[in-house]
Amino acid sequence: MADPKEMKPESRGRFGVHGGQYIPETLMNAVIELDEAYTHYKDDPEFQSELKTLLNEYAGRPSLLYYAQKMTEDLGGAKIYLKREDLNHTGAHKINNVLGQALLAKKMGKTRLIAETGAGQHGVATATAAALFGMECVVFMGEKDMARQALNVYKMRLLGADVVPVTTGTGTLKDAVSQAMREWTSRIADTHYCLGSVMGPHPFPTIVRDFQAVISKEIKEQMLEKEGKLPDAVIACVGGGSNAIGSFYNFINDKSVRLIGCEAAGRGIDTFETAATINTGRLGIFHGMKSYFCQDKYGQIAPVYSISAGLDYPGIGPEHAWLHDIGRAEYVPVTDDEAVNAFEYMSRQEGIIPAIESAHAVAYAMKIAPEMSKDQTIVITISGRGDKDCAAIARYRGENIDE
Amino acid sequence: MSNIMKAFENGKAFIPFITCGDPDLTTTKACVREMQKNGADLIELGIPFSDPTAEGPVIMEANLRALTADTTTDDVFEMVRELRSGSDGGEKVTLPMVFMTYANVVFSYGSEEFISTCAEIGMDGLILPDVPFEEKMDFAPICEKYGLDLVSMIAPTSEDRIAGIARSARGFIYVVSSLGVTGVRSAITTDIGAITKLIRENTDVPCAVGFGISTPEQAEEMAAFADGAITGSAIMKIIAKEGPQAATPVGAYVKSMKDGVRRADS
Repeated sequence: MADPKEMKPESRGRFGVHGGQYIPETLMNAVIELDEAYTHYKDDPEFQSELKTLLNEYAGRPSLLYYAQKMTEDLGGAKIYLKREDLNHTGAHKINNVLGQALLAKKMGKTRLIAETGAGQHGVATATAAALFGMECVVFMGEKDMARQALNVYKMRLLGADVVPVTTGTGTLKDAVSQAMREWTSRIADTHYCLGSVMGPHPFPTIVRDFQAVISKEIKEQMLEKEGKLPDAVIACVGGGSNAIGSFYNFINDKSVRLIGCEAAGRGIDTFETAATINTGRLGIFHGMKSYFCQDKYGQIAPVYSISAGLDYPGIGPEHAWLHDIGRAEYVPVTDDEAVNAFEYMSRQEGIIPAIESAHAVAYAMKIAPEMSKDQTIVITISGRGDKDCAAIARYRGENIDE
Repeated sequence: MSNIMKAFENGKAFIPFITCGDPDLTTTKACVREMQKNGADLIELGIPFSDPTAEGPVIMEANLRALTADTTTDDVFEMVRELRSGSDGGEKVTLPMVFMTYANVVFSYGSEEFISTCAEIGMDGLILPDVPFEEKMDFAPICEKYGLDLVSMIAPTSEDRIAGIARSARGFIYVVSSLGVTGVRSAITTDIGAITKLIRENTDVPCAVGFGISTPEQAEEMAAFADGAITGSAIMKIIAKEGPQAATPVGAYVKSMKDGVRRADS
């Protein structure tokens, strides 16, 4: 190690101008320790083999790439494939990252996992991994999200996690992240902050991306096997952006593949009730990173809105911000209405109920597929299953059901 | 010499913090003037931020109240102009003053515009708790250009980073007393003496301890190891309770805390 007295102010983990480590000094040695541990274990064959066993034997990977024939015929254009992350154990892509981070935390000697959660999928995945590894688990969740995702709250508690309601701010995902960061500064030695998306300070955006990149690795292999060629477009929903970066990553250098991230526009990008960061935000510094954020003139973070608790976040991961800057990926807004229509459409067409988050990606595919030719292909990442959303969608349609 | 250094010329310093605009800027101005009258050596003015991730519940709520009252960065700049000039009819504030806020408040305003305005209105420094050493190049060169000190923080977990941070520190060093966020604590268990010893081996820049200091006894104890003590949450608690009538009790509190740090001198 270099002489600490000769420290130089060098920023780490940049994607173009985005990324970095904008966190309190109290956390700096913790993220440096995490960075060093990850750098070591990511190339360790034993770690990789243990992780692969967990993903295949416990989480059920590889996930299916399913040809949605009825949707394809109904829309009358590009051939549509669904990447079925909803079939993973715990019902979403979140488990890919959590198993990786929990294993890393265990190797680092940590005995306690803390996490934030929006829709509850990351919280459930973290509580699951904690149960599996025999670790203590505390999940921070906005009180508004606890009300709209009550089933997931029950699941986390059933799995042995302590779910802490966050009452500050808007009572949603952003406040849960802030509270998890505050908790981490107060207890570092035995605790790993299992961040759920490709955001926060370096090395989180890189670690989470690497653990989610298995999605695009599999899509590539499965498409070559089924179609003998790469897809023409890969579509995924984007909140912080973990399932999207996982779906995009191994295609970034394949310029023929359109990469499309679907942001939650809420009631529309011309209203204040939106969470579409790329479409309505601007460059800022928050939650440990430089990236695009929904904010007012004075840099106050905007109270964003989406029907989807998992996309209801005012920022976006720094690598997405960079992919946007260089024009490699497109980020499009999808409204609540469009997502709910897609939620119902896919349920009826394919007998697959997608998470309301994933339904944002389905909605955009429904728009572009008819405009594409029949020899073209689209892959939609179905990041999670929609059971958790049924009560909320019923309410959206004016029907009250008991969960 | 940095104007901030003057705060440490008269023995151990007491540094009060106040969130600007809670419950309104008139109250903030009255409190700042009472702080000056009652022995404060340097004043930290907090510019409210919607999501203050380094703060505990007391200052978080103060930020929220200030923003609910529509306090903007430009309003706070105007308040400082009035405090420095006395143009509002009140006493001129001559003490060194620094802003404490979050990176996005500065960055979003335009870092150069924000920092040059700070210099123009008579601010002496800037504390950004979400900007560690590694990221300071976003702000430090601009601060240097306009003669403001970008204050460095050192935490109980800094360990091998202390020497490096201390060597490039400007103004004063903010020593974070404990793990966690700001807020009143019954006891501080960190070995502050060991941290300040290491700082002093590496720099002549003074250091003040903050986070969790609320009583004159704690201020005395911390000031014994350092050059001063910083208090925020305890003051914002008084303001939350007293509202627009807070200036007099805040003044009395500052006096008791200054007496506390003075005892560490003798």
